[in-house]
Amino acid sequence: MISHFLKLEWKQFVRSASFGKSIALKILMGFFALYFIVCFLAIGVLGYYILKKQLPDSDPLQIVNSFLLYAILADLIFRYLMQKLPVMKIKPMLNIPIKKSSLVNYVLGKSAFSAFNILALFFYIPFAIVLIIEGYHTTGVLGWLFTMILMIQSVNFLNFLINKSNAAFALILGLLGSLIALHQFDVYNIASIGGQVFDAVYATPIYAIISLLILVVLYQLNYKKLRAQVYLDEGILEEVAEAKSLDLSWADRLGDVAPFIKNDIRLIWRNKRTKTVFLMSFLFLFYGLIFFTQKTYRDMPAMLMFASLFITGGFALNYGQFIPAWDSAHYKLLMSQSFSYRKFLESKWVLMVSMTALLYLLSFPYLYFGTEIFLMITAGAVFNIGFNSLFLLYAGSFNRKRIDLTKGGFGNTQGTSATQFLVVVPLMIFPMLLFWIFNKFVGYNSGFFVVAAIGVLGLILKNFFMNFIEKKYIRDKYAMINAFGKEA
Amino acid sequence: MITIDTVSKKYGKAEVLNIDALEIPTGQSFGLVGNNGAGKTTLFNILLDLIRPTTGAIVTNDISVHKSEAWKKFTGSFIDESFLISYLTPEEYFQFIGDLRGMNKADVTSFLSQFDEFFNEEVLGKKKYLRDLSKGNQKKVGIVAAIMGNPQVIVLDEPFANLDPTTQIRLKKLLKTLTTDKDVTVLVSSHDLSHVTEVCERIVVLDKGLVVKDITTSRETLKELESYFAV
Repeated sequence: MISHFLKLEWKQFVRSASFGKSIALKILMGFFALYFIVCFLAIGVLGYYILKKQLPDSDPLQIVNSFLLYAILADLIFRYLMQKLPVMKIKPMLNIPIKKSSLVNYVLGKSAFSAFNILALFFYIPFAIVLIIEGYHTTGVLGWLFTMILMIQSVNFLNFLINKSNAAFALILGLLGSLIALHQFDVYNIASIGGQVFDAVYATPIYAIISLLILVVLYQLNYKKLRAQVYLDEGILEEVAEAKSLDLSWADRLGDVAPFIKNDIRLIWRNKRTKTVFLMSFLFLFYGLIFFTQKTYRDMPAMLMFASLFITGGFALNYGQFIPAWDSAHYKLLMSQSFSYRKFLESKWVLMVSMTALLYLLSFPYLYFGTEIFLMITAGAVFNIGFNSLFLLYAGSFNRKRIDLTKGGFGNTQGTSATQFLVVVPLMIFPMLLFWIFNKFVGYNSGFFVVAAIGVLGLILKNFFMNFIEKKYIRDKYAMINAFGKEA
Repeated sequence: MITIDTVSKKYGKAEVLNIDALEIPTGQSFGLVGNNGAGKTTLFNILLDLIRPTTGAIVTNDISVHKSEAWKKFTGSFIDESFLISYLTPEEYFQFIGDLRGMNKADVTSFLSQFDEFFNEEVLGKKKYLRDLSKGNQKKVGIVAAIMGNPQVIVLDEPFANLDPTTQIRLKKLLKTLTTDKDVTVLVSSHDLSHVTEVCERIVVLDKGLVVKDITTSRETLKELESYFAV
């Protein structure tokens, strides 16, 4: 039975459209994973020796133990935010002769191998090996390691039980906060008492049985909960949100492009991923703080230019680079309606430009860092408005990946292809380079003026470029319809 | 009038559509039947310039659909759910289509009021996004949107599928009234032989991309079609 499920999972993985994602992206993701693994491994291997060197009087194992309670709580919080119950696509299984109990066991069993559970092992296992090498007695260390592994699993299942309850989350957050506070102000160090429990496991490895019991109980609770929910109207049911109508009649003043603008506003506000993009663009406003506050960057004006472009360009960049894939799900409809393509593109342009202008207004507090910085932001904003918005529209005509709007927001790379990586070059590197050249060799503010001038030029020649972009979109119409029609 | 002139579509070596010549006069109610893979949707997609034919062209009212976009003004269509915008409520969707077809808010409201019976109180004012409506109700929205703005050509792919019996009967009535004045051409495809024979004055049978029958509907048509498909 399990082999059947595993085969299905494998096929789902290999045949999902995202598997054919661009190779660059896969490598990038691989690097991230590798980075974390290496970090954990390094702490696992070297942790013992570092602790020994820093605090020669105390036992590294006891130090680690005394922090475990924090680690558990932090892990719970992290999982609460990030981890989802791995509900296999259970619906098509319900009407074929498979016992519901094996479905539930499979779903739960699968979660035991989630990346959240594996990653920590890259710390615990090498740490345990080092302990044995350093002369700790083997059964004790193994008992301890065993407890750690079971504990991670327990946290895994505990998370599923409390995952939907905000109260539980607040409780854990409060608990962690007060533990740290009590520790900080030397009132009472509860965590070290928790540490003594783990010390006891090392001293008497048979206590590891207790953690096994905890795990079994948690698993049973999960099993019962899930087993009762294997019905179409229970756990598997997707929640239907009540539609909230937005009054957007003010947008009618925009004339011809109004229907599209209204549509785009609803698109952004009612879908997770676009909403994330929208809200993130305000976070980009703070990007400058990283650069402007540090002395090292003060001497690298090209880097400051880079930051300035990001401050006002957050929305145009993140939203613009997926035009027209945002509309991929109903692209056929748009293509069979009577409107000129120009209006559609124009509406996207208006959206990007007005958001950039808004972000520019919000960036006024940067005046605090002096007029030079502010001039730079202004030049960046003009460049974003004049050049980047047009360029992103043009680059969009190369988008061939469907975006499923119903899928989650943060870290969702669906629809990403080589286009998104290539786009960055002219958008970011080109103005930086220009700025650098003029700043270095001509000097006296010429850098700002050149970058801003390109933007102004873009605005003046907008119609010319728009004609060009429109033709490109019309030429690629069939390829886009075909590509957007494929399930992502 | 719609003229289909030597239209064929090939994917690699496989030919999915090959129609020598077919003329659909203005005001005709035209039915397209055929088994899966017969090329019905492909033909409609070519008619709407959503895919390009390998050879030939379709001309509607003297406009070659591939060369000019002027046909969009007088053509309404609903092929599948990708013609719906999932994150809009039905009202917003109708307003969006209405905007594109030059109708203001009052126009849209009065237009929709004709369809109270057709919607059966399951579509408007439900505070639901289109993605959360049932398949049948989504179809109702798509069909009504396709006839917004007085189009002269209406293309509906499988309009009867997923509809409940009451709505099927109401849809048949609706399609018949559309063609009574003989200035709206309606193209419908269906798997349900009795529905098409009831609604359409002419029925074309496609098989593996070829026209195998072209019948003016009469009392015997349903029998003829049933015996053709009963293999």
